[in-house]
Amino acid sequence: MSAGRTGEVVVSLRDVRKSFGDVEVLRGVSFDVRRGEVVCVIGPSGSGKSTLIRCVNGLAKVNGGSITVMGREVNDPRLDVLALRRSVGMVFQQYNLFPHRTALQNVMMAQVTVLKRPKAEAERVARALIAKVKLEGKEDAYPGELSGGQQQRVAIARSLAMNPEVMLFDEVTAALDPETVKEVLNTIRQLAADGMTCILVTHEMGFAREVADHIYFTDRGVIVEHGPPASFFAEASDPRTREFLGQIL
Amino acid sequence: MDWLADAARSLNEATGITLTYLYDGYDGGRFLEGIVNTVLLSLACLSASLVIGVVGAFARGAKSAAVRWLVGGYTELFRNTPPLVQMYFLFFGVGALLPTVQNRWGFEEPMLGAWAWAIISLSFFAGAFNVEIFRSGIEAVPRATVEAAESLGYTRLQIYLHVVLPLAFRVCLPALNNNLVNLVKTTTLAYAIAVPELLYMSNQIWSDSLNVPEMMVTLLLLYVGLVGVLVWAMHRWEQAMRIPGFGRSAA
Ligand SMILES: Nc1ncnc2c1ncn2[C@@H]1O[C@H](COP(=O)(O)OP(=O)(O)O)[C@@H](O)[C@H]1O
Ligand SMILES: [Mg+2]
Repeated sequence: MSAGRTGEVVVSLRDVRKSFGDVEVLRGVSFDVRRGEVVCVIGPSGSGKSTLIRCVNGLAKVNGGSITVMGREVNDPRLDVLALRRSVGMVFQQYNLFPHRTALQNVMMAQVTVLKRPKAEAERVARALIAKVKLEGKEDAYPGELSGGQQQRVAIARSLAMNPEVMLFDEVTAALDPETVKEVLNTIRQLAADGMTCILVTHEMGFAREVADHIYFTDRGVIVEHGPPASFFAEASDPRTREFLGQIL
Repeated sequence: MDWLADAARSLNEATGITLTYLYDGYDGGRFLEGIVNTVLLSLACLSASLVIGVVGAFARGAKSAAVRWLVGGYTELFRNTPPLVQMYFLFFGVGALLPTVQNRWGFEEPMLGAWAWAIISLSFFAGAFNVEIFRSGIEAVPRATVEAAESLGYTRLQIYLHVVLPLAFRVCLPALNNNLVNLVKTTTLAYAIAVPELLYMSNQIWSDSLNVPEMMVTLLLLYVGLVGVLVWAMHRWEQAMRIPGFGRSAA
């Protein structure tokens, strides 16, 4: 656990606001994520967690405030959104692999198409990453032939292949069988240990307590409370946090 | 093939059934030319209509309202008017408006001949349906899959080519199949502007050899064969595109 929270700021949110129609889903969210940090966002369903991280890579447009990634303003209309997305990896609850391509091809495709890496190099990177997420032997399997946990690890490898500055995880174990949750958490644990900057939306409180440097609790579009895991879980005082933790623990 | 010619000749002597294209060199040549031209016409229109479908479906999702409107107008017009009227409109209407060019003997002639207009009009006709077919396939591609590609930094065109189109293709192959079979059948309309395709050449044969019933049966069977080949090829294509494990419910 990196105490003190020093180091280069990779992602910075300042008073981020986001509405769908009349409904304000994010009502002024601010926080910083520094290089190598793992930040967990927890909170009840519908509190805006997915929207929050979708704003970070420009999948959703914010209505107010500012988000910067490596100093680039996401809200800037002149932003090169493709360059932003190359530096931000995103892993989804439903994996969202390309079903018509094998595991190896899923990890190779964007390297070749987006980064213009030579095929041979892309394949070398892809094979190494597939080994890293412990899926050797599954290179030629199609997503439909893999378990949820295996698909999710391919999805993580696919994002890592782009050498992102930061990885976003949106409840990536929520759709998995209990046995396979552990495989995916192990992969993320390994990433965190390697120093990857991560923003993790999760319901796995044990895991958050273990890997997070900092925990943010959101409810109805605001951050209610935050802190390092040890103090957060022991001392969270807001009744909304207590109620949420009471339900989930 | 001499035995075939001999058999056809004996058949003629014994029963009066006249299959001149099997033993008469001149009719045989015309008949073969008709088959070759129909195959060429079909292949040209199949490819062009697929290109129109792919490009049109992409343009239907364009940012520019004018582009979307243009493609929408085109598909409505060509799906809701008779293909023969379209062919006449293009050949006699638009064709007459185009400037003429000098051919190599120094005569003025239309810039585009019957062949070109047949290919253009039939491709536009089938292409309009292909646009709608691809569009329905595209709509079946989950938004989440597209977002995954967006998150990896793909451009809109790259997403279309590498993710959306390959998935949409698989969804719409049965409908595409129908439309392409329909297109091969519709190539007979080129007869109306004197493209020497199979129906046109057969007409020449039955006018000279007075074997109308025989030629009608021959034509019908030949089109069964041609469409059969197409259906077989599409089926092979469908097999080749099958994805292991795809369509199974999510784990
Ligand atoms: N595209 C959208 N259009 C309209 N409302 C949306 C959209 N996406 C999310 N919402 C709404 O925003 C709120 C927050 O959603 P979300 O960010 O998915 O929450 P969480 O991930 O915390 O469960 C919900 O009330 C949801 O219905
Ligand atoms: Mg969510």
